[in-house]
This record gives sequence, structure tokens and C-alpha cells, in this order.
Amino acid sequence: MGGVTSENWDTSAAFVTNDDDGLSHIDLLVGGIHCPKCIRDIEGGLSAKDGVRNARVNFTTNRLHVAWDETRINSNDIVGAVTALGFEATPIDASGDRSPDQEEARKLLIALAVAGFAAANVMLLSVSVWAGAEMGEATRTMLHWISAAIALPAVVFSGRPFFTSAWKAFKSGRLNMDVPISLAVILASAMSVFETRAGGEHAYFDAAVMLLFFLLIGRYLDLRMRVRARSAANDLMALQKVTAHLIVEDGSTTPVPVSTVRPGDILFVAQGERVPVDGTVESGQSELDVSLLTGETLPTMATKGAEVFAGAINLAAAIRVRAEKTSDNSVLAEIVRLMENAEQGRARFVRLADRAASVYVPTVHTLAALTFASWWIFGTGGWTNAATNAIAVLIITCPCALGLAVPVVQVVASGLLFRRGILTKSSDGLERLAEIDTVVFDKTGTLTEGRPKLIAGQDINAADIALAASLARASRHPLSRALTAAAPDGPTADCVAETPGFGLEWHGPDGAVRLGNRAWVGVAATDGAPELELWLRRADGTTTRFAFEDALRSDAAETITKLKAMGLSVSLLSGDRAQAVDAAANAAGIDAFKAHCLPTDKIAELERLKMEGAKVLMIGDGLNDAPSLAAAYASISPASAADISQTAADFVFQGERLASIVTAIRVARTARSLVFQNFGLAVLYNMIAVPLAVAGLVTPLIAALAMSGSSIVVTLNALRLNLINRAKRS
Amino acid sequence: MNIIALLIPIALLLGLVGLTAFFWALKSGQFDDPEGAAQRVLLDDDLDEMGPKE
Repeated sequence: MGGVTSENWDTSAAFVTNDDDGLSHIDLLVGGIHCPKCIRDIEGGLSAKDGVRNARVNFTTNRLHVAWDETRINSNDIVGAVTALGFEATPIDASGDRSPDQEEARKLLIALAVAGFAAANVMLLSVSVWAGAEMGEATRTMLHWISAAIALPAVVFSGRPFFTSAWKAFKSGRLNMDVPISLAVILASAMSVFETRAGGEHAYFDAAVMLLFFLLIGRYLDLRMRVRARSAANDLMALQKVTAHLIVEDGSTTPVPVSTVRPGDILFVAQGERVPVDGTVESGQSELDVSLLTGETLPTMATKGAEVFAGAINLAAAIRVRAEKTSDNSVLAEIVRLMENAEQGRARFVRLADRAASVYVPTVHTLAALTFASWWIFGTGGWTNAATNAIAVLIITCPCALGLAVPVVQVVASGLLFRRGILTKSSDGLERLAEIDTVVFDKTGTLTEGRPKLIAGQDINAADIALAASLARASRHPLSRALTAAAPDGPTADCVAETPGFGLEWHGPDGAVRLGNRAWVGVAATDGAPELELWLRRADGTTTRFAFEDALRSDAAETITKLKAMGLSVSLLSGDRAQAVDAAANAAGIDAFKAHCLPTDKIAELERLKMEGAKVLMIGDGLNDAPSLAAAYASISPASAADISQTAADFVFQGERLASIVTAIRVARTARSLVFQNFGLAVLYNMIAVPLAVAGLVTPLIAALAMSGSSIVVTLNALRLNLINRAKRS
Repeated sequence: MNIIALLIPIALLLGLVGLTAFFWALKSGQFDDPEGAAQRVLLDDDLDEMGPKE
């Protein structure tokens, strides 16, 4: 792709694949599909186009697959058609779509179906054996052999996920939950074959397949959660790929992927666009919104020769930028690298289930070994009887309930959060979120709304606002937008001239009207910190001052109070000016705050907190927060955040209200206590069942009842999460 | 008791039919878009105009 510079490069063409029938295919990630009508609009609209053979929306994954005849229509027209319908469409590489995880999920589902089939049929036979007290030995043995014929192939097929994992763990000298599972299943099957050959009474084929069935349910839920979390992250990554407008020799512009831009290339950055790579301004002057990069509310000036950074938004006028670095050397890429480094620390987190396994597994194995030794030495039945009892211990202690305890709770909890507009993006995020004891906020865009607002109650009359707003409508400057927001309806003055860094001018019937900073309207600068302000100078020379503030989110103070009431310590880290940070912290009720923080400063601060033993929840939205979001113990970002920050965060919440944070922490904590309850139930069950097994009293009937009973209890307990939250709400 | 010689194969067969049906559904993409399927029910007859799926 490196050589593509001057041809009319079709940005979506790289994602097109061709099949043998001469049809072209593309997959698009489409934003904004939320109802049946959207499906019909897109599919109907595309199918009506000449040359389109098939258009199919996948509502679950927000993907659109289109097949067409390349001789009659091209991919750009198709993407254009979807955009024209009012949906955002991003071409994606669908070949990598079927990730290893998804493939594994499919295999697990098939294994689950086979285990379910075998469990049902073997149980059918087992029930008749248990019920048929007058059944002769010959009939019983025949039924056992039929059970074996169903169960053994099923065990071999459906047990593979556990066997391979156990073998891997065993080879590397570790023990995981799959070791006792595999041992129990294999030994139960082997012993049952042995028993059946001897015409014995007890065969555990039903136990073996039922174990697999229950455990596969847990395994499947767990994996599906991981797949969902990862695909949410991948979708965000796909949206991040933007195009740059390269200026070629004849002066025209052509869109190219950002990754192909090389130092020295001249790029065109239109008003409202993001600067694609780091560079210097070649011609033109404008103002750049760098709030996502640094957290500053006010835009910075960009004149010829000024340095600009990837990710800044061009507000005032089109500029030409000479690329100085490639996209993977830009400040943005530097932030990504910081983020990746930070993430490695987090990988050390050990999940609850694994922590439980590290205690459970050795205990169980010791118990089984002790049972075998005791029965052999003190018992009467010789080594066969000792082995039977030891195997019974392994079967009965097989972590069936433990395998379900965590995944079921997690699935219920993340579903609950999803319905409240909170997307769970990492599979162990809930577990980490439940453990946090410190909350660190970013200011701009997180604690505040991220855009200035006209301070209400100022002594300004409506006519002044209306006049100022009519000029302001011509500009994208944040303060202009704030003015417009204060006077939503009204005319736009025509022929407004914008001088970046100063303000706007309009030649009205009575003379020139100006809106801008002090220097622009000729008001002498007074001492004191620069505030967010605009001055209006009317044609008669009189001036009016408009003051602005970056207002806190409506429920910021309330949320902070609630967080403190939950026993969490709250602090604020911002890249903004000290004065602004001070004011915001005071208004929100945060005592600990720090201003002028660079991304590295934020990480250093998080490291310091970590050294003190704190488990930090980071909440932020800017690019400058992305590394600290990745470094923190857990992280949340609003849906308005920079794409990369959303990618780094464990959770993303929709909407304006910070209350989502409280909800997320509450659900995570409840989920955690339910997991512990489930562990407790599993232990209780073992305390009753294990002595029976050690004493050699466990029959296949008891094993089957105990296992399914404990699994069902654990699942029902997890579903209680829905009830608890419903009660809290009403 | 001879009836079980008939009943057990029937039970197994029925189970296998269910299993095969599930595999068929999985393979033919019935589980690829469960939410979309739920939404499409609400669409009217105009689906016919979109042409057959290839």
C-alpha cells in the first residue's frame, strides 16, 4: 500500500473481495441501525441500485454485507449510498472477522450440543436403572452398555476443550480447574466400563456426560462474553482508521489512508476535520481544538510554520499541513504506545475463578488420594474398592458449580449494565471494578461537559445576545458555539469574516460589528487570569462582555457525594490551567486535585497511588487520558470520548449523566458478592457431599442429583442480580 | 420387556434428529444474527423485492 500516492485512490476499494462468479463483496460497519425500518431502508435502498445483487444487514454485529457486479457500480458508490441514507459506513476487513475466539465459541457450542444430547439420552437410561428395582442383572448391564455406547464417544468429543487445556497446564507444571475436571470425567468413564464388564450395579456414565454438559455451559458463556468485549473493541479500532487528503502536483486533492502519508507530503485539512499526522502549517491560518490531546478548553492558534499534532480538530478555516512524521510516529501513536505499555501491567490480574482454582484443585486431589490410601489400608474391598471410592470423590468434587459460578453472574451483570447504557468492554472488568477504592477523574469532557457555556444571570440584554449570536453562527469556535446555544433561533449574519485568534467581523447597515477577544474590540487587557470571555463591539463603539464557563455535568456533585458515601476516595487530574481545575474541583466537591498534567504525569500519579496500595478507577475521555485509562486498575470513559480512550477503557457509558459510574460500581460490587455467595454454596455442597463420597456412600443417583442440584442453585442465585437491582430502583 | 428394544432406538433417533437440526441451523447461519431476526419479523411483505439470497 506504500506506493499509493497519486492515482485516484478509492478508499473503500482495499476492502473489496471478488468471488468466482464475478461478483464483488464488501463488509461495512454501519453506525445508527436501531430499528427494523433502518434494516429495510439500507437493504431496500441498496438493492434498488443497478448492479447490486445482495445487501444484507446483520443487526447483531452492525455489519452490512453487499455483493455487486463491479462492471455496473463500484464500492465508493455503495458506501456513498449508505451514507446518503443517513448511516455512517466504515469498510472493514471481514476476513479477520472470524477471530480465533469466535471459531472457538462455535466449537464449544457444537461440543455443548453433543454433550446435551448424550446427557439427555444417558439420563433416560439411568432413570430406568434407578427406578427398576426388580430389573435383572442382564437387562441392567445391557442398559449400561447402551449408555456407554452413547457416553464414551460424547466424552471424547465434548471433553476435548478440557482435556487439551488440562494437558497444557500439566505439561507446564501448573494445575488449573481443567485438571480435576478431566481426571473426574476420564476416571468416571473408565471405572464405569470396568464396572459394566463385571456386571456391577453402579455406572457413572450419566455423571460424566452431565458434568461436561454443565461445565460447557459455563465455558461457553464465559467465552461469549470475551468475544463480545473484543468485538466492541475491534469496532472502535475500525472506526479509528481515517483518511487524509493529499495534495497532488496539479493542486487537486485525493483521499489516501493515513498510514500511507509520508514526511514531506502536503495535506489539505478542511474546516471541521481532524489533523491526520503531526506536521507544520504550510499555508493558511486557523484555530485548532486540542482539547482531546491536552484537556485545554480553548483552541490554540495555528499560523504558517506552527506545529500541529495528529488528532487536533481544525475549527476556523482550511489549512495546508506539511507532514513531518508518519502516522505511527505521531503524538497519537506515542500515546498508543504508552497505553500498550500500561496495559501489560494489567495483564497480571488473576481472575477470581483462577484464584479459587489454585486453592480448590490441590485440596481435591489430596482428598482423593487420602480416600484411596485409607480405603486400601483400612478397607475390606481391596484396591478396586479403594479406587472406586477415590474416583467417587473426584466426581462429586468436580467443580461444576464453580465453573458456572463466575460466568453466569458476569453474563447477567453485563446484560444489566448494557440495558442501562453501559457497555462492558473487557471480560474481567467487572471483577476489577468491584475491587477499586479510589476514583480519579479527568476534568474536561468527563467531570465537565467539555464545552463552554454562557454563564447565566449575567447583566446582558437579549438583543445583545441575539446580535452576537448572529455573528457567532458563522464560526465553529467553541465560544461561538456556546453563544449560539444560548440563542438557538435566529438569523445568521452574512459575509462574516473570521480572523483566527482574534474574532469575527460583520459589516452591518450601521457599520462594522465585531465579536472576539479584548484586543479585537480594543478593550485594554486588565490584570488577572484569562477567563473564558468574548467581547461584542457594536457599530456605535459600545462594548459588552460575555463570560463563559465549562460547566460541570448536571449530576457531577451528586455523583461525587455518592462515590464518597460508598467509601471511595475521589481525586481530579487535569491537563488544564490551575485556576480552571481549582474551580471545577471546588464545585464538584473534590479535595485532591492536580493541574497541568501531561499524559506521563497522569501515569506517574497513578503509579504513586498504586505504590500506596490503592486500586484506582480512572474516568477520562481525552486522548491524553488513554494511557492512564489503560494503566489504572479499572477504567470508564463516556461515549463522547476519543475513540482511542474508549478502546482503552473497560466500560463505556452513554449519555450525559455521571450516575452511570455509580451504577456500574454498584452492579460490579453486587456481582462480586454473588460470586462469593456462589463459591460459598459450592463449598457448602462439598461439605455435605464429600464426606459421603469419602465414606463410599455415593451412588450414581446421589452424584447426579447433587451435581445438577448445585449447578441449578448457583445459576438461580446469579439471576437474583436482576431482582436486587429492580428492587433498588423502585 | 421386549418393547425397550424398540423404545430405546426410537428415543435415540429422536434425539439425533434434534441434534442434526441444531447443527443444520448453526451451519446455515441461523444464529449469526439473532437480534436482526427478531427485528425482521416486524417488517412487512416488501422483503420479496430484495431478491433471493445467494
